[in-house]
Amino acid sequence: MSTTNKEIGPPVIELGAMGWLRKNLFSNWYNSSLTIFGLYLLYILIPPLVNWIFLDANFVGSTRDDCTSEGACWIFIQQNIKLIFYGLYPTEELWRINFVYLILFISGVYLLIPNLKHKGWVGAFLLIIFPIICVIMLSGGLGLEAVETRLWGGLFLTLVIAGVGIVLSLPIGVMLALGRRSKLPVVSILCTIFIEIWRGVPLITVLFMASNMFPLFMPEGVNFDKLIRALIGVMFFSAAYLAEVVRGGLQAMPKGQYEASQAVGLTYWRMMALVILPQSLKMVIPAIIGSFIAIFKDTTLVLVIGLFDFLGIIQFVGTNPDWLGFSHEGYVFAAAVFWVFCYAMSWYSQRLEKKLDTGR
Amino acid sequence: METERSKLGSFLFNRSVQGVFYQLITLGLVALGIYYIVTNTARNMLERGLASGFHFLGVESQFDIGMTLIEYSPTSTYFDSFIVGLLNTLLVAGIGILFATIIGFTVGIMRLSSNWLIAKIAEAYVEILRNIPLLLQIFFWYFAVLRALPKPKQSLEIYDSFFLNNRGLFIPDTVFGEGSSIIFYLLWLTIIISIGIFIWAKRRQNRTGERFPAFYVSTALILGTFFISLAATGFPVSFEYPELKGFNFKGGIKLIPELVALTFALAMYTASFIAEVVRGGIMAVSKGQTEAAKSVGLKQNLILRLIIIPQALRVIVPPLTNQYLNLTKNSSLAAAIAYPDLVLVFAGTALMQTGQAIEIIGMVMGVYLFLSLFTSLIMNLFNRFMKVDGER
Repeated sequence: MSTTNKEIGPPVIELGAMGWLRKNLFSNWYNSSLTIFGLYLLYILIPPLVNWIFLDANFVGSTRDDCTSEGACWIFIQQNIKLIFYGLYPTEELWRINFVYLILFISGVYLLIPNLKHKGWVGAFLLIIFPIICVIMLSGGLGLEAVETRLWGGLFLTLVIAGVGIVLSLPIGVMLALGRRSKLPVVSILCTIFIEIWRGVPLITVLFMASNMFPLFMPEGVNFDKLIRALIGVMFFSAAYLAEVVRGGLQAMPKGQYEASQAVGLTYWRMMALVILPQSLKMVIPAIIGSFIAIFKDTTLVLVIGLFDFLGIIQFVGTNPDWLGFSHEGYVFAAAVFWVFCYAMSWYSQRLEKKLDTGR
Repeated sequence: METERSKLGSFLFNRSVQGVFYQLITLGLVALGIYYIVTNTARNMLERGLASGFHFLGVESQFDIGMTLIEYSPTSTYFDSFIVGLLNTLLVAGIGILFATIIGFTVGIMRLSSNWLIAKIAEAYVEILRNIPLLLQIFFWYFAVLRALPKPKQSLEIYDSFFLNNRGLFIPDTVFGEGSSIIFYLLWLTIIISIGIFIWAKRRQNRTGERFPAFYVSTALILGTFFISLAATGFPVSFEYPELKGFNFKGGIKLIPELVALTFALAMYTASFIAEVVRGGIMAVSKGQTEAAKSVGLKQNLILRLIIIPQALRVIVPPLTNQYLNLTKNSSLAAAIAYPDLVLVFAGTALMQTGQAIEIIGMVMGVYLFLSLFTSLIMNLFNRFMKVDGER
């Protein structure tokens, strides 16, 4: 018995830092070589990147001549920050955008803090009154000077397009999903055709259609703003994708829920609004937020029809003769901003998923 | 009186009558909307002097395209330009799908690695790439990387045969000399024989339970015959290498920078989604399957090949084709960096010249719609084929 024990030897330590290293990085020759390869990869990628972005970068100055060291020239971003964030919006009117941001920020924080009262009211305010405030504050009216949408741009425009797309496409998507699952064949076929057509074509063709074909559809004299045309395109496009997500949730509902609500005598709309949708939307929240992230990223495409969104304005600023040759800085900055927004959304969705998990 | 009213009531509140009523209303509204749009469009087109119809397709296009896979010149018709754009789209989608699959599967498997560092690197790749808009990535590779490359004289080179500079990527071209056709015939023959070997091996295994190394035998057969025939015919296949002549490269195959940037960005971006699909698919195979396979004494590589991969593939393939479709649709972003794809050539230049917005955008949308519906048809067939008996 004792000889067998000797042959096996003591167990390998799996505790502590050394144990962790041995278990996760150097368990055998194959794993060790992979680890070394990984370290090498990090070595050739990370130090130059860190040097370029932080250590060798230029932060202070006002012209391109101040960018003396090897690294990134963040002065380029600094000097154009107003354009990048607000586009050509008149400087003296910028407080209007900031005011809207402030309302959004305060109500957003209120909604995120757990265990506060009246969250429903704040949510209703955000969905019903806030959009009206936005329209008046941003485009003018009620004594405020009108600002044409062609002056809108930068991150502000990106947020407007994404925000409108997200807020309007969800109800349309829910209606389309209900329509597609309807027992009335005409409704179901029409909704299916609508959804499949929008889902089958790339957004860029939708935007081309919005800018070239919409004017033909309208009666004489009616001329939509370019931004509104793009918004309509983005809205229908994302509504079709959301419809499929919502339909997934509707299909996943157990049949008993439908039967039980019919048994207590609820009409179709009450059954949907009170029983089915609250549960099925909750089930597909991660997928819905995934669609929102996709919409947010897709807003960059509006630059092909000549709107200067965040990416468009960064492209535009890079062609300024005073700042030629700083496209790297522009793209890295844009990528960082987009990444923060998208990652925050996906992080929030994961958190929400855990919180709403009723353990079914 | 009483009975008449209740009759009317039961008619009005009858479920199926209500259904028909609602459907008629919906149909009426949709028809009204379409009628409104059509009349407006007809009047607007009349006012602008636009003739509807597809006659313009036969007219000379009078513009040139930077990259064409078929014969094309400004004297060709608009229909030719449509075909050129379509082929360019399919080309970029094809190459993109190939690379996205390779990178995606590698990263997806890396994320499941027991090696902590490798798994984290793969995770970082996925989280970074999929949270940055594709258009930004395309711009980055095109304007910040490829446009900033050195001139042809200072090209980056690999083994004197691949050259990368600001004019594009130059790769060797294969030239087939005399007698090379026999090699192809032999190649086809060995491939057919290999398929036969696979079928035979499968039947024999079903009958006797013995395994035959069909994969190794057929690989050896195909490669062996290929090299022997190559040697026997005196190597009729050669490579034409790109060479620096004057200010630019001659010979070989030139891939324009737009194509390189677009393919690269599409492949890297889509790979981050494919990696998640692959990871999900492998994780969907329950642990009991691996344990059961181990307990009947299968070796590790056989467990992977016979138990895990076939089951994981059933989960992976449908979302994977969805990603392929997304990549194809996303290739339309080519328009933003002036790669002559379907959207840029046809919905851009041709539309600008002819003004036939409805016909042209209809055709372009039709192409993508056809690809989508065709793919989902294939997927439905695949799902039916892969369905295990007794599964829901």
